[in-house]
Amino acid sequence: MEPHGFLLAADASTSTSRTLTITLFLVFVAITLAITIWASRQTKTATDFYAGGRSFSGFQNGMAIGGDYMSAASFLGIAGIIALYGYDGFLYSIGFLVAWLVALLLVAEFLRNSGRYTMADVLAFRMRQRPVRTAASVSTIVVSVFYLIAQMVGAGALVALLLGIAPGTTFLGMDADTAKIATIILVGALMITYVTVGGMKGTTYVQIVKAFLLMGGALIMTLMVLAAYKFNLSTLLGDAAEQSGKGAAFLEPGLRYGVETQGDALKTFYSKMDLLSLGIALVLGTAGLPHILTRFYTVPTARTARKSVLWAIGIIGTFYLFTLALGFGAAALVGSKDITAQDKAGNTAAPQLAQELGNRYLGGETGGAIMLAVIAAVAFATILAVVAGLTLASSSSLAHDFYASVIKRGQASERDEVRVARIAALVIGAIAIALSIFAQSLNVAFLVALAFAVAASANLPAILYSLFWKRFNTSGALWSIYGGLITAVGLVFFSPVVSGSPTAMFPDSDWHFFPLSNPGLISIPVGFLCGWIGTVISKEDDAAKYAELEVRSLTGHGAH
Amino acid sequence: MVNPLTTDVPNSTSTEKYLAVQNSEEFARLRKTLRGFIFPMTVAFFLWYALYVLLSAYARDFMGAKIVGNINVALVLGLLQFVTTFLIAWYYARFAASKVDPLADKIGAELKEDAK
Repeated sequence: MEPHGFLLAADASTSTSRTLTITLFLVFVAITLAITIWASRQTKTATDFYAGGRSFSGFQNGMAIGGDYMSAASFLGIAGIIALYGYDGFLYSIGFLVAWLVALLLVAEFLRNSGRYTMADVLAFRMRQRPVRTAASVSTIVVSVFYLIAQMVGAGALVALLLGIAPGTTFLGMDADTAKIATIILVGALMITYVTVGGMKGTTYVQIVKAFLLMGGALIMTLMVLAAYKFNLSTLLGDAAEQSGKGAAFLEPGLRYGVETQGDALKTFYSKMDLLSLGIALVLGTAGLPHILTRFYTVPTARTARKSVLWAIGIIGTFYLFTLALGFGAAALVGSKDITAQDKAGNTAAPQLAQELGNRYLGGETGGAIMLAVIAAVAFATILAVVAGLTLASSSSLAHDFYASVIKRGQASERDEVRVARIAALVIGAIAIALSIFAQSLNVAFLVALAFAVAASANLPAILYSLFWKRFNTSGALWSIYGGLITAVGLVFFSPVVSGSPTAMFPDSDWHFFPLSNPGLISIPVGFLCGWIGTVISKEDDAAKYAELEVRSLTGHGAH
Repeated sequence: MVNPLTTDVPNSTSTEKYLAVQNSEEFARLRKTLRGFIFPMTVAFFLWYALYVLLSAYARDFMGAKIVGNINVALVLGLLQFVTTFLIAWYYARFAASKVDPLADKIGAELKEDAK
């Protein structure tokens, strides 16, 4: 290795692009930091810190939910999977959207009515506080960390593209890996700042600004792609299929999931099961994601929570329609060869498409550089906002559920609790940064799907039983949370994602025995089953507490 | 300032009162109206989604059949999932506002009155 590998890769266009991206990104950071500092002045009580003072409107919170939800996985990951594998990427968009019906019909309003700051408020409502809050806190942190890793990996992939560092070259003496790690640390530091300084209010405004930017960026790219094909979807699809070299199969399910291997019935069977597993994890995961659940507390009433979910469904659904154009557009205009040359998992397809669109329609190299810079800055904003939301949810749970209720037995002062939440944000951020460095080779949408599987297995059964099953009790809650969590994480650990395949986190070792890459198909039913077993083997049955929960969750009486 | 645990109620509604409300005919009607909508609807959209995923896994020829130009059954079914999601969300909002909210408000108001 040369010590001064300062490469000439920095030709005119990449350096324009770099300067511009860095400038735009700094502008975004400056604006959001200003908002954060302003929000910090308004953050006095624990309700301000955890729930933004419950002062947001349905539209504002709907945008913020969109901001929290449309992560790097949606923007970079789905576009990448569609660009490389065609139709199969669309399955993610559909699962991610339909999942909102679970949140709308079964969770949002009841949670808002009966809880206060965290998911555990509802789970522990009629249970013994300390064990249930401990369990909820553990699963909140595990889900958030999985999700955080995905975002950080996206940030790393993005920066390597921006700085024009292909594998084997260097920038400012850093090779691609060092630059990625440096970015991950920078993103981590910024998110910790947002959360510790701005709390929920600052974070929510960051989400809203980001949602506008992301929708705007995706809309412009979609229009450009469609214009390139004279708004004829069929021609776009045809061209994408042809460029992919896979023909009509590119527009059908089966290139990535449910792959049919000739003469290997078992492999085909596992691949089909993996598709079903992904499908169920996507649709059931959303309503168990801690950073989404805490968003329902930022509005004054259950009805505003309902309105915010309706807005979110509209915004998120529109965005996923855009990703269809982005993914197929990248396949047609950039081509899978160039995409995989930059990032094997396809995480950079969307920004590469932006550059290509600029090259073609906005006056050549400079136009391309500008488009790349704008879209990359939007993607960074996206990642930053999502990681802030995740860190806030997990540090809130650690402080409110674990510190205040379990350790201090409800005797901690509000100031003390908020101080602990800030420290927790720092620790969780640091853990996520460290773990992300090992997951660089994985597609971010795929990583997020794992977080969804864990959320659907550990959190959703407990939430639904809690709200709707009278007999549910402490033992049931613990069984379902720990049972679902251990099964989901255990199966991932023994899956080809972690070891025993060329794209695994540890490609050189092999301890895998579980054949599916997504655990949902097994771990979600296990979570529900454990909750049932745990409940019936315990005699605890507090009818009065359930009466209170049910009446409050349905009428909003006594809501905070 | 001590930070109270979450299950406290900021008013004086008693356990007996909650049990009484839960057993009241009015509340039973609210529960029945709400559950009568959200549970069947959840089953319906879940089955519809499951059908889509199963077709993607096992009915490749059907999904690959072209309808117009390069637009095939798979794409149309996928887009229909979007359409049904939007429609169910809209229908629920309408149903809740007209059938559920008035019942919930009435019981809520009585509880509030009682807690004074």
